[in-house]
Amino acid sequence: MYVAVKGGERAIDNAHAWLAEERRGDTSIAELSIEQIREQLSLAVNRVMAEGSLYDPDLAALAIKQSRGDLIEAIFLIRAYRTTLPRFGSSEPVKTEEMACDRRISATFKDAPGGQVLGPTFDYTHRLLDFKLAAESDPQADAETAKPRREPTPHIMEFLNTEGLIQTEIACEDTPPDLTREPMELPSNRALRLQSLARGDEGFVLGMAYSTQRGYARNHAFVGELRIGAVPVEMEIAELGFAIEIGEMTLTECETVNQFQGSKTEPPQFTRGYGLVFGQSERKAISVALVDRALRWKELGESDSGAAAQDEEFVLSHCDNIQATGFLEHIKLPHYVDFQSELELVRKLRREAAETYPMQEAAE
Amino acid sequence: MQVQALEGAFANAPIENAVAFRAAMNALARPGQIEKISGAKPPAPLSVAAGSLILMLCDSETPVSLSGPFETAVIRDWIIFHTGAQIVTPDKAVFAIGTWQSLAPLSQFAIGTAQYPDRSATLIVECDELKPQGATLTGPGIKDAAQLSLPETQSFQDNAKLFPLGLDFFFTTGTQVAALPRTTKVDH
Amino acid sequence: MTDYNFAYLDEQTKRMIRRAILKGLAIPGYQVPFASREMPMPYGWGTGGVQVSAATLTPDDTLKVIDQGADDTTNAVSIRKFFEVTAGVTTTENTTEASVIQTRHRIPEAELRDDQILVYQVPIPEPLRFLEPRETETRKMHALEEYGLMHVKLYEDISQHGAIATSYAYPVKVEGRYVMDPSPIPKFDNPKLEMSAIQLFGAGREQRIYALPPYTKVESLDFEDYPFEATKADHACDMCGAENSYLDEVIMDDQGSRMFVCSDTDFCAGRQQAGHLGALAAVNAEDAA
Repeated sequence: MYVAVKGGERAIDNAHAWLAEERRGDTSIAELSIEQIREQLSLAVNRVMAEGSLYDPDLAALAIKQSRGDLIEAIFLIRAYRTTLPRFGSSEPVKTEEMACDRRISATFKDAPGGQVLGPTFDYTHRLLDFKLAAESDPQADAETAKPRREPTPHIMEFLNTEGLIQTEIACEDTPPDLTREPMELPSNRALRLQSLARGDEGFVLGMAYSTQRGYARNHAFVGELRIGAVPVEMEIAELGFAIEIGEMTLTECETVNQFQGSKTEPPQFTRGYGLVFGQSERKAISVALVDRALRWKELGESDSGAAAQDEEFVLSHCDNIQATGFLEHIKLPHYVDFQSELELVRKLRREAAETYPMQEAAE
Repeated sequence: MQVQALEGAFANAPIENAVAFRAAMNALARPGQIEKISGAKPPAPLSVAAGSLILMLCDSETPVSLSGPFETAVIRDWIIFHTGAQIVTPDKAVFAIGTWQSLAPLSQFAIGTAQYPDRSATLIVECDELKPQGATLTGPGIKDAAQLSLPETQSFQDNAKLFPLGLDFFFTTGTQVAALPRTTKVDH
Repeated sequence: MTDYNFAYLDEQTKRMIRRAILKGLAIPGYQVPFASREMPMPYGWGTGGVQVSAATLTPDDTLKVIDQGADDTTNAVSIRKFFEVTAGVTTTENTTEASVIQTRHRIPEAELRDDQILVYQVPIPEPLRFLEPRETETRKMHALEEYGLMHVKLYEDISQHGAIATSYAYPVKVEGRYVMDPSPIPKFDNPKLEMSAIQLFGAGREQRIYALPPYTKVESLDFEDYPFEATKADHACDMCGAENSYLDEVIMDDQGSRMFVCSDTDFCAGRQQAGHLGALAAVNAEDAA
């Protein structure tokens, strides 16, 4: 006897209840607090803020808790929340040369004004599991740290620029388009590309960047400068007629130096790639800079080698993990109507083939 | 700014916008069909219908041009205050408001591009009256044929020839709205 | 009650979507770009349709949501619940009672009236996408009305298989101008695209809205010697006996025996209530007795 599947609503409610139970796990283990996530899983929080395009560590921590640590799910929660927020206005462009740097390194110069500041990095840790952490030992003694530089730290690339050795970026007064308020139009422009990459999936952008290092649109990059630290955010208040500081945010900025052969119209000089990302997200910032540089081939008069990382439409259409995961996972939804039409068609084609070539089939 | 410019918005914007949209959509999807649209109380001589369309459709992303008797400081302030739209010259307008005479020549408005035919202006034409008689309309949205009191026919015939480019029209009077998209074929 | 705005979206967003819908109706079959928002449900799960419905609904509407023709599939239930909570609209499973119907993959069997609106969820709005993946190229092809590639594809099907091997999302030409993807409805539904109701198509992830005004001319692409054919399983519904409805094939037991039943659950239930019984309905009745 056939009974149509009913009770979708009850199934959904039950699934949600079960999910909540699984999220909490063993109730004899203490529950995670938002503060714990924010303070102790801060790099996950940073990634959720960067790809969620919302600078709010507490909300990012809440999203991580709610999503059971599935960061793409957490990013989705943040994005869906973000769209409902009213816009009060736009900030002034942040001045990263005024950053209070926690970390600032250059691979292109041994030293530079402002110095090399290693900061809190995994770079030279030996990747040995630290079983002391498993024992929940007492907190370590405070690290001996210099106070972050409060005075402006000049960008290292500008030292090359005084010699004319690196291509000058033209300052632009135009308000950049907002990817979240206007449909993506292709071909795009650099402001939109950088915006898209900054909120793009870390893994996707990393893979694209890596491919440029391995010869797909090869463009050997040096990290001219990588800096991480807090910058003030200012906003002009129309009623006041001037900008006031409304807060501070931690950013990671990377500028790469890439060699450039020169063209018919330009003498040989270095060129740049750029990445700017919320929070401490240096893998992401470097990746963005490499992909940015690869995507600039047309503007810099280079040839199209057909590499994926040079293909603006390919990169921008596929770097967003919320779009990607939604469409990928939607194939879980029922498609039986379409499948039925395919079934009919394949049966029909096979029937017709059998009628057309009956001898062949008999011979086989 | 006169007080008049600050008044006359929808009392319950989410609901009135939705109801006004359905009237506008029905009008545009069924050229010639006259729909009721109201809620706005705009400064004269702007009709309730035109005012309601403006509140429902315009914002800071849609530059508006005004012409003829509607090119007044009060109407300008009313639109800017309630919608945030910029008041611009006809060539930059996404929406244009006027009488049939004051909107001429139609060639001053954007008709879209081959790749983006949607980047065209929509004209809100204030009329003395709207009646289901006059020119004969055929095309998408019309079962057999419809009749509408149009100010003339030639301009609409020329506009239809531009398809898929072209202008789209709303006609308003009092609390009534009718529409004529670029797809409609107009005959005497 | 809800802390969100009526129908979830803010007024500015709805205004932007409404403008896109009007442009879509003015240029039937043309895909209007719109700044699709991130919705509280995943891309690919109907965010385009949901945004179009949210911009369309008024408190007086009665909403029906179907997925694969059925009102009780989980995603249909989920979307219906979303609008019950955020817009407070009445919902129904009855096609004739509904003023707005949001659908995924089907057009209801009952003929729609001119006071109804059908909103489609669209995954890939570009009919040329699988022949040319680049938006920059397909946009040019639409601008130049260059649809040769599509005809070549259909013709290659014929030379290889002896028939056009597209059974759903079967491309149509609208008013002799734009080639349009009718969304993944089975081609059985294509002839119904010419109807009295307004049809709106929303593709959230791909940021496109398009539309068909009532009575718009919609032709399924074909060749003179290989005319379009709206096909379905060659059976009658085993529950209601309908011979002209689109059927789901249901596997009944471990031996793989099958039965066929209407995909439009409301249509099928209505017929059964009116006393129409299919081959297996009689057996069911006996079981019950």
